[in-house]
Order: sequence, then C-alpha cells, then structure tokens
Amino acid sequence: MNDAATESLTLEKVCIRLAGQALLQVNTRIAPGEVLTVMGPSGSGKSTLLAFVAGFLDSAFDAQGQVRLGEQNLLALPAEQRGIGLLFQDPLLFPHLSVAGNLRFGLPRHAPDKHRQIAQALEQVGLAGFENRDPATLSGGQQARVALMRLLLSQPRAVLLDEPFSKLDTALRQEMRALVFGQLREAGLPTLLVTHDEADAAAAGGPIIALG
Amino acid sequence: MLRYVPVLMIALLVIPVTAGLGMVLLPAFGYLPVLGGEQLSLAPWQALFSQPGLWRSVAVSFSSGLASTALALLVVVLFLAASQGTLLDRSLRRLVSPLLAIPHAAVAFGFAFLIAPSGLMARLISPWPSGWQSPPDALIVNDPWGLALTFGLVLKEAPFLLLMSLAALPQLQADKRLQLARSLGYAPTIAWLKVILPALYPLIRLPVYAVIAYATSVVDMALILGPRLPSTLSVSILGWFNDPDITRRFMASAAAVLQLGVTLAALISWWLLEQLVRRFSRHWLTNGSRRRGAATLTVAGRGGLALTSLTALAALLGLALFSVAGFWRFPEFLPQSLVLDHWQRSAAMLAAPLVTTGVIALVATGLATLLVVAALENEQRQHLHPRRALWLLYLPLLVPQIAFLFGLVVAAEQIGVRPQLLLVVAGHALFVLPYVYLSLGESYRRLDPRWLQVAQSLGISRNRAFWKVRLPLLLAPLLTAVAVGLAVSIGQYLPTQLLGAGRVTTVTTEAVALASGGNRRLIGVWALVQAGLPLIGFIIALALPRWLGVTQRESNR
Repeated sequence: MNDAATESLTLEKVCIRLAGQALLQVNTRIAPGEVLTVMGPSGSGKSTLLAFVAGFLDSAFDAQGQVRLGEQNLLALPAEQRGIGLLFQDPLLFPHLSVAGNLRFGLPRHAPDKHRQIAQALEQVGLAGFENRDPATLSGGQQARVALMRLLLSQPRAVLLDEPFSKLDTALRQEMRALVFGQLREAGLPTLLVTHDEADAAAAGGPIIALG
Repeated sequence: MLRYVPVLMIALLVIPVTAGLGMVLLPAFGYLPVLGGEQLSLAPWQALFSQPGLWRSVAVSFSSGLASTALALLVVVLFLAASQGTLLDRSLRRLVSPLLAIPHAAVAFGFAFLIAPSGLMARLISPWPSGWQSPPDALIVNDPWGLALTFGLVLKEAPFLLLMSLAALPQLQADKRLQLARSLGYAPTIAWLKVILPALYPLIRLPVYAVIAYATSVVDMALILGPRLPSTLSVSILGWFNDPDITRRFMASAAAVLQLGVTLAALISWWLLEQLVRRFSRHWLTNGSRRRGAATLTVAGRGGLALTSLTALAALLGLALFSVAGFWRFPEFLPQSLVLDHWQRSAAMLAAPLVTTGVIALVATGLATLLVVAALENEQRQHLHPRRALWLLYLPLLVPQIAFLFGLVVAAEQIGVRPQLLLVVAGHALFVLPYVYLSLGESYRRLDPRWLQVAQSLGISRNRAFWKVRLPLLLAPLLTAVAVGLAVSIGQYLPTQLLGAGRVTTVTTEAVALASGGNRRLIGVWALVQAGLPLIGFIIALALPRWLGVTQRESNR
C-alpha cells in the first residue's frame, strides 16, 4: 500500500544518557522491509530509544548521534514531520470516533477515494463491514488490527513497535505477529521493534540487538 | 453511622435549595400569608413586567453570562491545546490556584481600576500617545451592555475551567494519544483539539454549566462592573427584595423566578450550541487536515490565557497601588507619594469583620470537610462510584443563588430560625461542600487501595488504618481542599448578606458595600485584604505537609 518506501532507517552512533550515565548505545541500519529487534529487560532503555527516534524524548535525557531516514536527518524535525508510525501495547483507538473515523484520521488529507481505501483496509484484516462500529465494542485483537491499518493508511516511512503484542493472549499473539510483520514487510517499511519477549524477536526474523 | 452520610449530605444540599425555590415560587404567584398574600394571583408578574428596562436587564444577564463562559472556555481550551509541556504551561499552572482563590469582588475592583477612564490603562497611554490631559469622558466600567462585566467574569472563570480541565486530563491517557496523533503527522495543537478535546469536554461539562449559572446571576461582580439603570436582573432583584416597601417582595419573587428562567434559557442555548459544534466539527475531526491553522491557534492559545492571567495580576497590583496612593493627578502613571493613611484609618474597622469572616469560613469549611471525608470513606468501603449523584452535588452551583436564598430565609423563618450567624454558616457550608468534594474526590479515589490492604493485613483495624494510613497519605490534597473551601467561603457575598439579614458583616460584604461610595483608596485597602485572606489558606496548605515532613510523592503520582 506504500510503494515509495525504499529508504532505510539509520541510527548512527546513538548514545542516550541520563544524569551523565550512558543508558544505551546503538549503531545500526535498518533496510526497507526489515525488522530490527531491540531486546532487553524493563529499565534497559528500550522505550527511551523509541521515544528518541519518534521525537518524544523527555528533556531529562541527553542524546547524541544521528538518526536518518534515507538521506534525511530526522532529529532536526518535530515528531509530526518525521513520518514515523507508532504501534503501542494499547491500540489507542480514539473512543470519540467510529472504526472508519479512526482509519480516516490516519489517511492523508487529500487521499483519493477515502471510502474505498477504508473498506479495503478493513477487508484486508478480516473486518469487512466494521466501518460504523464503536471501537469499544471490538475485541482486543480486532482493535489491534484496526490500529495497524490506521498506521499503514497514514503512509509512514518507517515504523516503531513498542511491545505491541504483550497485552494479547497467546493464541492471538501468534496471529497478530504474522499479520503485522507480513504487512510491514509487504509495505517495505524499515521497522524497529522493542520487546522483552524472545518469541517476538524470532517471529520478526531480523537482526537482534540486546540491551542491558 | 458512615453509611448514612451520603444521604445526609444529599439532604443537606437538596432540601435548602428546594425549600428556598418553593418559598420563592409561592410569593411569585401572590401567596405569602405572612405578608398578607392569601390568594394566588398574577399581580406580581404584572408589576414585574411593567418595570422599565426589565428586558434590557434580562438581555444583559443572559448575554454576559453566555459570552463570558464561551470566551473563558475558548481561552482555556486553546491554551491547553497550544501549550502542553512548554515553560508557559508550567508557570501558568502554578498561578491557577492562587488566581482561583481571589474572591470575585476583589478581581472586579482591580479590573475596574485598570480599565476606568482614570484607571491605570488610561494613565499608561496618557498624555502620550492618547493626548488626554484629563480622564476621557467615557462609560467604560458599568457600560450599558455589560462588556466590562463580561470580561471581568472571564478573569475568574478561566482559572476555574483550567483547574477543572487539569483535574480531568489524567483520566484520558492524554500523552499517549498525543504521541500517536503526532506520529500520524498531526501538529501538536491540532492533535490536541482533534483527539483530546472531544474526550475532555464531557468531563468538564458540569463545571461549564455551573459557570453559566453563576455568570448569568452573579450579584457582587455585577454591582461593581455591571450596568446601572437598568442593572443586571440579579442586581435589580436584590434591590426589590431589600425595598422598604414590603409588598415589593411579591414582585421580587416573580423576578427571582424569571432569573431562574433566564439561567435555564442560557443553559439550553449552550446545549444547543454544543450540538451545533458537534455536528459541524464531525467532518473536521476526520478530514485528515493535520496542520491547517496550527500557527494561528498556537499564538492565540498561548496569548489568550497569558493575557487574562496578566490582567488579573495587574488588577491586584492596581489595588495595592491605590491602597497606598497619596496625591495622584490624572495623567501621571504613579502617585506622587505613597502613604499608609488609608491602611491606618481602616485598621480599626477591619478587625471585627476579619474575625467574623474567619469564624464563618473555618466552621463552614470544617463541617463540609467532615461530611465530604465521611462520604468518600463510605464510598471506598462500599466500592461505590457515584456518577449520577454528582448532579445533586452540583445543585447549589447550578441553581442561581439569588433565586433561592430569599426563599430560604422565608423558609427558615417559618420554622422559627431568624437570620443570624448560624444561618450564614449553614448557607456557606452549602456552597463550600461541593467545592471541597470536587477538590478532594479524585485524589481520594486514586489512592492505591493496596496501602490499606497492607495495613489491614498487618492487623490494623479499618478505622485505625483510616487515621494512620489514609489521612497521612492524603494530607496534602486534604489541606488543599480545605484551602479551597476557605476561599469559597471568604468570597461569598449574597449568602452572607441575605442569610445574615445585613447584620453579619464580613470583609466581602464591607468591600462590596464600598462600591457605591467610589473612594478608590479605601476600596483598595478592603479588596486587597479580601484577596489576601484566601492566600493564607493556600500558603498553609502548601507549607504544612513540608513542615510536618510528609512528602507529596503520593499526590503527585
């Protein structure tokens, strides 16, 4: 659904400190369609790394290094102009909007034929006809799928995943992993996944960095 | 015992309001045997409708109430949208409680001193660039359309709505939602308006309604800033009730019912406005527009609240300046000399009202706090979360004071209670209680229940755990709630005036009474004292936990 995504995400000599103490160091390049997994126990700074790349780093932290998407320096841009999609533990569907409203929220303003795009996106994840449902009436797995499609419809240039499967039950987790990684690979998006679950890393099938 | 507290509390809130309304409704239709009204009639209404300028009064009450609420809400919403996480945000958040604590009358006086033709603003631009050598001949304060009143109200309503919003925001996962919207490409201000506001508004709707009810029927601020001849409806009603001609009471009662109708009409208009905004914003929420208008809205949002806060602060400085001003010719920005005469001359007269103010505030707040804590403790033990009862709690704030307080006096006389200090205290408690509940409720519910479970598992009884664990952990929010209660009581004008039959004088009634005299230096002294009193409560509330060595970790969580 995003044919233009052929840029890689580069984290060059990234070093994040808290109160003078080095928290983590990363130096890597994520190719289009590749999923890099950052593993570590809680407190190892995984989420801090995501916040840094996405543009939400708390000012208490001190960060060095470069983050580039293709040739573009991301650190000079505010979060909303980086083109980096986020998927959290919670699907965070907006409760004041319907399912279609949530997807429409992700679509670019002048996207052609929004109605059809939304219908197709829902069909792709087995939720055809769910347009007018209230997100609160969906199961956890259904909500996660809508959140994924909202992300993809916004046409990001790279994606960050913050333990996106940790709140799902075991059976659902397998299914969602396959769906998420499949869709991201197909879209050719460089993806950074942080998790403490080794099964996530195995399913992602890419390189792994261990922290902490 | 504890389980009867909620019923008692609701009864204490509902009975006075309904009794008061009843005893206004009957005389409005000519029935009040004490005054010789034995038969139902429409005569009071005919008398009312023949009053000159009545519809003008109604129009000003309605429009100043609605316009000030809309303006204050706009200022607060845009500020929250535009300033999250900025330095401005943090500093204004610290200002909001003190600003809220300053009584309406003091803010009104200070604002009047700012904008009057010979006020600080005119002096600032005179003689250059305005060219004024003497004060311009313009009716700025007390203008016939109530614009001064409207802006004065905004100064007080904005901090209240801001505080209510800040209390509601933690329930919304606001940070995560904003991050998500920004990662989808939305500029921060637009993101806030599209994903936070629709969820926030339902949570602050009741406070907004309370603001409308208050603003359409306010008396003290309208006496100081509002139009005269005709004045706002509420001020006219007060005049008619206090008229030596006692038969005017019937017409005054009819007018009080009319006031109820005006407030209700304002609330209904607002509700219709809500529906309109909802309908017209539905498309905008999901049209994918991510940046349009962000720059303008950001500037407006940061500027708006900064301007209202600065105006309120400048108003206080103006009060201080006038209270020590010696000789002060017009275009000069500062007085030629600073003197303490006015303070020295007022000191003797201040003592008695100060004591009365303090006693009323302490007793009313003490009573209210006791009831609120008991009700909240009961709520925790029974695992209740009252949502519907919240409406009842807001009842004294949603029904205009002027519409039921006169009736309440009549009702009290019926059962042999004469207007006096005790009735004033009870009346204050009626308005203090909802604020104490609103201020304390959220912290009380959010305290981790495991603290008490741990205590009980260590063999401590539920009642001892309440004293030994819950109260110490909640000391900071409890003291803040008490400070809020004291501030509410100190600022009350109408309940003191009416329930005390004018014989109970507090700093507030004295200050408002000075409004007609126009001695600015004396007003400066009294209004400044009135503004300073509630701050003492807040300073104690902040300092005491530190002094006792209790950290505020729990309340910050």
